[in-house]
Formats: sequence, C-alpha cells, structure tokens
Amino acid sequence: MEVTLRILRYDPEQDVAMGAPAAPAARTTSAAGSPVRGPHWVEYKVSVDPMDRVLDLLIKVKADQDGSLSFRRSCGHGICGSDAMLINGRNRLACRIRVDQLGKKISVAPLPGLPVVKDLIVDMNGFFGKYRSVKPYLINDQPEPERERRQSPADRTIYDDTTKCILCAACTSSCPSFWARPEYVGPAAIVQAHRFIFDSRDEGSDERLEILADENGVWRCRTIFNCVDACPRGINITRAILEVSSAIVGRRG
Amino acid sequence: MRHLGRKVIEEKLPDITDFARIYQGVEPLKEPVPVQPTAHYAMGGIPTNVNSEVVRDDKGTVVPGLFAAGECACVSVHGANRLGTNSLVDLLVFGRRAGRQMARYAGQVERPLPIADALEPVRAELEAIRGREPGGESVSVIRKELQDVMMDNVGVYRDATVLTVALNKVNELRSRYGKVSIADCGSVFNTELLEAQELGYLLDIALVTVTSALARTESRGAHSREDYPERDDKKWLKHTLAYQGKDGPNLRYKQVSITRFEPKPRTY
Ligand code: FES
Repeated sequence: MEVTLRILRYDPEQDVAMGAPAAPAARTTSAAGSPVRGPHWVEYKVSVDPMDRVLDLLIKVKADQDGSLSFRRSCGHGICGSDAMLINGRNRLACRIRVDQLGKKISVAPLPGLPVVKDLIVDMNGFFGKYRSVKPYLINDQPEPERERRQSPADRTIYDDTTKCILCAACTSSCPSFWARPEYVGPAAIVQAHRFIFDSRDEGSDERLEILADENGVWRCRTIFNCVDACPRGINITRAILEVSSAIVGRRG
Repeated sequence: MRHLGRKVIEEKLPDITDFARIYQGVEPLKEPVPVQPTAHYAMGGIPTNVNSEVVRDDKGTVVPGLFAAGECACVSVHGANRLGTNSLVDLLVFGRRAGRQMARYAGQVERPLPIADALEPVRAELEAIRGREPGGESVSVIRKELQDVMMDNVGVYRDATVLTVALNKVNELRSRYGKVSIADCGSVFNTELLEAQELGYLLDIALVTVTSALARTESRGAHSREDYPERDDKKWLKHTLAYQGKDGPNLRYKQVSITRFEPKPRTY
C-alpha cells in the first residue's frame, strides 16, 4: 500500500529558526526553495507494508528519496530511546508504531517544546541536565559489603515500574506544564528520581526530595496525564509523581 | 511460550512478549511466536588485556592511552562462542576495569599524547565522500547488498565455496564504495555522511571476517566449516589477528592462554 508521509523539515544551514514551537504549529511550505523559510512540511509518497513501523518509512525516505533527512535511531526495537517524535499529533517511538495503527496519512514532527537541531533531531542537553540534577544513581556511603547488597522481591516491586524508563523524552516534551515553564524538571526526571528514592538500598532520598520540593519540582505537575499516554514503556508516570509528592509531604509532616 | 501460562509470560518475559505483539502482530499467550536466526552479537573485536588496554600484537604490547570494553573489545572471555548473558561480563567487569586503568594511566602521564597524524586522514576520508558529485554509488544499496551476502554466506555454517562467493562480493562492494556520493553536504548533524563513513568500516570488518573464516580450516564454536567439521587443536588452538594490508587483511596468530577451562566440545 502507499502512504502519504508528511515530515516537518528544518535545516539550520538553510532555513530560518522559529524557536521551539510548543505544539506542531508550523505552516505548510508555500515557498519551497525560497531562501527565507522556517521549519516546513514536506510530503513523501512511500510504498509500505502495513506491518512497517514509522522508523522503516523514515529509513526508506532517507535511502530512496532524500538522503539529507535527519533523525536519530539506534536499536530499532524500543530499547534505546533515540527515536521519540511527534507522530500524528502524539509523542511516539518511531520504531514501535506501525503503519496499520496510523492509517494512510502520517505526519511526523520533532518532539514539541525542545529546540530543534535539524529535521527530527532535537537538542536533548536541557533534558539530560534535568535528569542529572536529581542524582539518578545509587547513593550509599556505608562500607561496601562482602557480597552484593541484597533486596527482597517485595522491595524490588515497589519501584519496578520506574526502572523501565529509557529516557526518550516523550513524556517531558508532551507535558503542558513543561511547555509553559521550561525550567520545570519534568516527568522523566521525576520518574528517574523515583527509581532511586524507593530503592531500599539507597540512602539519598532526602537529597532528592529536597531538590524535587523546589518551585520547579513536583508541584508543577497538574496531573494532565499526557505523559502517561506518551510513555512507550507503559509507565504509570502520574502515579510515580504522586508517590514522590507524598514522600515530600510525609517527610515534612 | 503458551505452555508457560499468563503469569510467567507477563512477569518474566515482558520484552519478548511485547516484541511479538508489536513487530509480528502475534499474541504469545495464544499463538506460537515465530523465530529465525539473526546476527545479534559480534564476537572478537579490538584485542585488549585484562585491564581493557588495547594490545597491538601477539606479545601483548599495549597501545598507550587506548582502551576498549564491551562488544567492540576482545578480552577473550567468550572463547569461540559467547554464551547467553555473557556479554554482561564484558560490560560490567571490563568496563569497570577500564575506568580504573584509565584513572591510573591519567595519573601517570603528563598529558596524554594525541596521535600526531590522526586527524588528517580522517578529515580527508570525510571530505572525499562529501566532495564527490552526486549520482555515484548509493550507501543504502551497497549496505543492503553487504547485509544480504553476509547473511546468506557467512552464517554459522559455512564452507570454502560460500565463503569465496562472499569474499568476491565484498571485494566488489569495496571497490564500488570508492564511488559513493551523498546528497547532504551540510555540516550540522550530517547522518548521511556518518552512515557513509560507517559503511566503509562495515566493509573492512566484513572482509576481515570472511578472510579469517576462509583461512581457519576447522570448526570451532560459532565457526562451523561444513568442509572441516572437526575441531583441530593441533593447528588451530590460536586467536586470529588481522592487520590492514594493501590488498586486504594480513592474518597473524596469537597463542591462547588456557587457565581453568580446557576447550572441549559442546555436547548439550
Ligand atoms: S530506535 Fe531505539 S528506541 Fe527506537
């Protein structure tokens, strides 16, 4: 079958930057080839199998129609988190969503709310800066035991859900609170903090809860649930955020 | 997987279940999951010692300041056939040892010596691709042909006939690679240029793989020569080292150090 694939393209060496749109608000190009243009939609006809993923389509366009089309991908199987993008209006991993789930008209744009570097590639530095700000590593200054630090299956279950995060940024860049206030640490960083705060072997909860009680921390969450829809790993992100908020309240109380 | 029951499948095998659903449209709770062979790991790699320092020859001469760990490296914990989950050993043990050795190394040297003439050849290589007139050979076409020939002829079971077919094809692709051109001449995030450069490396590695496999007239681990089905420790209990030569790789060999585990046939 043939699908029409519209891609929001942008080349920093040829097009004029338009800032980071909070939503896919760019215009369809009327002046293709004109020297002054911003991010613009380009249409491709691609013949596909209904079981192809959007990533397959992008690879086909790059191979057969325009080698300059730029996007990130690595594992191709939903593990590395490289290819989150806005697909038919929702944040999805291109390697995990199939043509038969989308229909014959497919539009692809970069993740909203993040600065665009080129085509579907966004600048992830701010995102990873926030990730690092919550100390996403085991903190435990006790002397190293002889054997591994053990944990019961019940204790492991408490934070199982948040271990699934692959840092693709689909959640954070779908969040209206983040669009409105780019300083907000965002759902992904809170998920990563949750993974350690509720780990029985970790002793850094106080530091992390302090950071997340900040004005750009958990209180910015308005339980809009966009993040839960966006998460390709099916993490119940809003619940994780609420658990962290309760821990902050419990600590004060 | 059906015999395992819903609880085990969902709790213990979430990723594989998910893959079957998304990529095959198959419901593992109810239907059989189709399987097929694939290449999912590269055994062998950049030779290193147990501190993850790269070594350049059969005497273990260290290349100062160069480290490798993980799938790209060959400390040789896998023998001729990596067992399931053993790549974690490479990552965790030798990643850590690499980090420690790097810290020691950095503490000893005044300032790490950059390799004097490293930059220019790479720059020239990239500029050659970028400067070529469009309309030459296509990266994606050559890559696809390379994938096909390696899949068809350089799998686990091979013999001199199929390996020779592969050798000729890889050599043909290598000469065509000299004419690849790309559309993207930009300097920002040029993934087309990157893919073109990587294709050159893939062709190098393919040639090393095929040449070493042709030379090794025995069967061992994941190298199963149908024309030489037996393991031959007298002649072949040794590692292959490949050096870049003018017309393809030169092969040399390195002794295997055997400590606790003697090589023996896998019979299970
Ligand atoms: S390419 Fe790795 S998650 Fe999609």
